[in-house]
Amino acid sequence: MKKSKTGMRILILAILFIAVVGAIYNTAFTDKQAIKEGAKAPDFVLPELRGGTIQLSDLKGKGVVLNFWGSWCPPCVEEMPALNRAYHKYQDDGVEIIGINISESKVAVSSFVQRLNLDFPILLDQKREITNLYEIDPIPTTFFIDKDGIIQKIVIGGPMSDQTIQRYITQIMPE
Amino acid sequence: MGTVLCESCGKPLQQDEGETAFPDMRYDGVSRRSQTYSRTLVDKVWNFFSSVRNAVIMIIIVLIASAVGTVFPQEQYIPTLDPPEIYYEKAHGTLGKIYYQLGFHNLYTSWWYITLLLMIGISLVICSLDRVVPLYRALKKLPVKRHPSFLKGQQVYTQFEIDETEKERTLEQLEKGLKQKRYRVVREGNALVAEKGRFSRWGPYVNHIGLILVIIGVLMRLLPGFYLNDFVWVREGETKQVPGTPYYVKNVEFIEEYYEEEDLPEGVEVEGRVVKNYQTDAILYEQRVSDIPGAPPELVEVHRDQIRVNHPLKYKDLLLYQAERRINQLSALNLELIDNRTGESIGAFKLDLYNPPADIQLTDEITIQILEYYQDFEWTEDNQPRTKSPEPNNPAFVVSVISPQTPEGERSWIFLGSTLGSPDREPFFSYRFNKPDIVDSTGLMVRKEKSLPFIYFGSGVVMVGLIMGFYWQHRRIWIDLNHGPLQLAAHTNKNWYGLKREILQILKKMEIDVTIDQLSKGGKSK
Repeated sequence: MKKSKTGMRILILAILFIAVVGAIYNTAFTDKQAIKEGAKAPDFVLPELRGGTIQLSDLKGKGVVLNFWGSWCPPCVEEMPALNRAYHKYQDDGVEIIGINISESKVAVSSFVQRLNLDFPILLDQKREITNLYEIDPIPTTFFIDKDGIIQKIVIGGPMSDQTIQRYITQIMPE
Repeated sequence: MGTVLCESCGKPLQQDEGETAFPDMRYDGVSRRSQTYSRTLVDKVWNFFSSVRNAVIMIIIVLIASAVGTVFPQEQYIPTLDPPEIYYEKAHGTLGKIYYQLGFHNLYTSWWYITLLLMIGISLVICSLDRVVPLYRALKKLPVKRHPSFLKGQQVYTQFEIDETEKERTLEQLEKGLKQKRYRVVREGNALVAEKGRFSRWGPYVNHIGLILVIIGVLMRLLPGFYLNDFVWVREGETKQVPGTPYYVKNVEFIEEYYEEEDLPEGVEVEGRVVKNYQTDAILYEQRVSDIPGAPPELVEVHRDQIRVNHPLKYKDLLLYQAERRINQLSALNLELIDNRTGESIGAFKLDLYNPPADIQLTDEITIQILEYYQDFEWTEDNQPRTKSPEPNNPAFVVSVISPQTPEGERSWIFLGSTLGSPDREPFFSYRFNKPDIVDSTGLMVRKEKSLPFIYFGSGVVMVGLIMGFYWQHRRIWIDLNHGPLQLAAHTNKNWYGLKREILQILKKMEIDVTIDQLSKGGKSK
């Protein structure tokens, strides 16, 4: 009689304990952010300003710098020339620099790019789908993605200096 | 402390005959699990959670913590862009810093807060189990004959002499009277017991089951796909993805209606117009085949609805609520190109502010090129044009007209309602502004509440439990003629006055005069 009662108690406590641990684990310890350093960069495809589209997974084997920007954001504008220099410098080392414009029209982006003489590819995320996918909050935000598609570094805010860009590019440069 | 009353006769177990103090009638003297063993760890954990005192302490801690959590804003509601480690100290000083360091900035999702809530939940389960088992055991059987000391020990007790010949008739009359009052009567020889409203005793436990269901429903929100709380802005004519879902929503039209003067009660003066209705006519599409993000989706229309305040669009688990609106926003400028020599219009053209064309073929000979576009135009300090936001609040264009007279193009700025040409020479062309296109945007709250029916059901169960416990009482009346005079004892879990009055009514019908004070002669009187 007594033994079965203790067994019952253990059973009830065990069920409750499992439920509680599960709930706590779920709320406090699971990282709800899917986008973080060390995680895989989600694949996407977007139209390029000068025509055609670019799909991230097609760049496998190369290091990729993804820069989310808008022409209304002064630090974004300020770091553009440095990104353009990095584009020319590392073009032959298997590193792609890609700008993702957030929500602006093609005409606005294209006139901006011409004014600043930017040569690296600019993708148009007019519906902010990729901006939401990458959980972008402040801009500029720049992702340094290695040849396996893993995010090695996220730089939030700017402007980045040539040295900063260079430092993180060396981390993602394929051998 | 174990069992205190003999389960079959009700005689106090650890008491000498004749002692007046009577043990507690709680659970009719059956022992509670937590009060018997406390040797092993399991017993100790069990005993901790079965204590109402501990439950109350935990509830008070949660109440205090919840209150403290409202003193400064939670992290997600910080009004500035500062990171939290800077914001709290900057905005609220040392107290803010302490607040942040103690983790109150994320209180409601902190592990210890959740732990306390869950411990209260466990306590609810174990407190109930610990009490419902002995109660069930006690109430399951209802012995007719009880020990005289049990009867005398009841709070409602009286005795009076009955003539030997009257005994049978009195018992029959009592039985009839009690049955009229809807008691369930069991008679055994010269004794009877009457009972009603036993189910009311289960009220608190039904109530607790309901609360446990509510807790489970709330916890279900943590499972992926069960709960969603988001927001989306959609312009008229635009189709946008509903965040976190495979659905897209199109804003066909946004309607804002006002009360007419005659709709308002007489004598009511209102400033401005009073809104009668905010409504979004929406179409919901589903992306059936999941593609790479960014690829143009293949959409299938699944639902159409008019979304009004408090009348959300419902499709499966998805709810879209009318939450905000921005009306009369510029969406396109309508212009005409004027030939300055004739003063006549060459043709009309439209500059879409969300997606302006790169060039416009106006006639066979004349093309307008859009060279630059600033959605929210301003001059920087060093006189450079720039946009200060992505919204077309103050659009400005640089256009160039290519014509036989101007093969190199004639450049001009187009602002809202004005233009600025080259100062060098007399321009060939000028612009006339027509009424611009305007659109309304609707702000839709996106919700998914899969566990809501479960929570409602749990709340319903809570209500049933409360009603059971509040509006009925468990009343028991014992009558015994085996020990000389007629002994009458009664017990209830609440509303003692009601019980006494009921007994008096039954006795009065039998022309037995007893006062309410005489009924209160039991061992324990309040």
